[in-house]
Amino acid sequence: MERAATIGRLDGKQSGGGHERRLFYDKCGRYLFIAAAFLMTIIIFSIIFFVGRQGLMTFAAVSPLEFFFSASWDPSLGKFGALSFIVGSLVTTLLSVAIGAPLGLLGAIFLAKVAPAWLKNIMRPATDLYVAIPSVVYGYIGLMLLVPYMRDAFGTTTGFGVLAASLVLAIMIMPTILSISTDALNAVPKPLEEASLALGATWWQTMVHVIVPAAAPGILTAVVLAMARAVGETMAVQMLIGNTPQLITSLFSPTATLTSDIVVEMGNTPFGSVWGNALFLMAFVLLILSLAMILVIRRFGTRRV
Amino acid sequence: MNAKVQNQVARAGLWCTGFFILALLAAFLGYILYKGLPVLSPHFILGKSSDMMAGGGVGSQLFNSFYMLFLSMAISIPIALGAGIYLAEYARENKLTKCIRLSVESLATVPSIVLGLFGMIVFVNMMNMGFSILGGSLTLVLLNLPMLVRVTEESIRTVPRSYEEASLALGATKLQTIFKVVLPSAMPGIITGITLTAGRALGETAILIFTAGTTVSRHMFDTDVMAGGETLAVHLWYLMSTGLVPDREAIANGIGALLILTILVFNFVLLLPIKLLGRKTKA
Repeated sequence: MERAATIGRLDGKQSGGGHERRLFYDKCGRYLFIAAAFLMTIIIFSIIFFVGRQGLMTFAAVSPLEFFFSASWDPSLGKFGALSFIVGSLVTTLLSVAIGAPLGLLGAIFLAKVAPAWLKNIMRPATDLYVAIPSVVYGYIGLMLLVPYMRDAFGTTTGFGVLAASLVLAIMIMPTILSISTDALNAVPKPLEEASLALGATWWQTMVHVIVPAAAPGILTAVVLAMARAVGETMAVQMLIGNTPQLITSLFSPTATLTSDIVVEMGNTPFGSVWGNALFLMAFVLLILSLAMILVIRRFGTRRV
Repeated sequence: MNAKVQNQVARAGLWCTGFFILALLAAFLGYILYKGLPVLSPHFILGKSSDMMAGGGVGSQLFNSFYMLFLSMAISIPIALGAGIYLAEYARENKLTKCIRLSVESLATVPSIVLGLFGMIVFVNMMNMGFSILGGSLTLVLLNLPMLVRVTEESIRTVPRSYEEASLALGATKLQTIFKVVLPSAMPGIITGITLTAGRALGETAILIFTAGTTVSRHMFDTDVMAGGETLAVHLWYLMSTGLVPDREAIANGIGALLILTILVFNFVLLLPIKLLGRKTKA
């Protein structure tokens, strides 16, 4: 209020020809803001265009059938079947969501409905901190602690594999699920909860049958966003999955994902070669997957509460 | 009776989950700091890295990390402020606004490796920047933008409508109102968002490997934007995947600790004044 008054005074002092000029600035500002906002649309479309164009050039040399349905990947022999990477990405993502989502959801219920205020004040920043830890550090911890443990505990030769990658990924996506679900749970109207309790349901019955279903769209949004993060996560997965282009045979055998293989091979491929383009096509598949997830959220994730 | 027992068990389970989540974080941080803090010495933090011999430092990488962070922020903050202001203050519910909102959301979920490859096509190859600090910074902008736009819009929306109406009623133009009334009131939220985004950008790796590269300039603290721009996080990855130095684990431990310390500073120390200020104005 005080500031507004200052502006009024300034305006009074400089009245005269200045007003025209200020209105002109006003218009310029408006166009600048629109331009800045529209830049977002330009950026996303140019990402789709450039990555897509580079990637789709692969199909000049490799048939789509081979790329999507063959698992033999040997660039030196001209074999570009990316099935093992696609399967690797999907399995790693689903497994990490299967582990991370329950943990995140239980954490969210605890944070929203059980934790006393002082604990909330610790858990919220802790969740932010989980997100802030660089993925390469997650990968490094996994490499130092989890991989040797897997080697000893399950008697595998390397310890690298889908399970190690998924476990670390699950921890990385858990805070995303936790914080968005907490907001969704908190947004459920209090009377719903009170009505259920008044009818004689226990607290836990109320949670399972009233609160969580009411918050379902928000929780679904959280899970899909977490999936998007998991499928695109690169560094941690690359450090833990073993980087061998072969179809998954067990949870403990080394394999590769779309992201990990791009990182491993992009460095030694000439830009514009079929090999390089095939890697760009893999990135394009990732891009399409993550954009599809946004559309899923738009369609189903709207909060009905 | 059964339902009541179930209730008790569930509550106990939830408490365990809560503590498990906190304990896991504490274990992570504790492990990294325990392993890495002993490595940190002035020589390590400021020294030059070596390719083959033990005893290298991470001075250039540390400098590059902050230099690129600064460059990318200097480019993305003005654009993000503009876009956030548009979405919060001007946007009507029409097709254009919907399209922009969808773009911001999509941009936020694009995997960082895809952003990195986009930067590789456009900045590194088409614009002939090579693997450089500039190429890396420009690609980092793409990562920062959606996060910054979102926090700007959200912070502006928390400013009471009456402030704006009062300013407009006193004869200020919309632009004057935005810069002198709305933005100053939204500033604590925006600064918090900028700091958190900076923390994310600092640890980012996948986006930088193929845009800023895995080499550093021969000179220490080289501000040439065309020099190689390997950052701390990239160096950690590079060491563990292809590094040849015999003491790579020690260096990696040190980098891990440095990264975690910076994240802690960005998440808590830098935000402390804002939190204290916020408390004061509320009281």
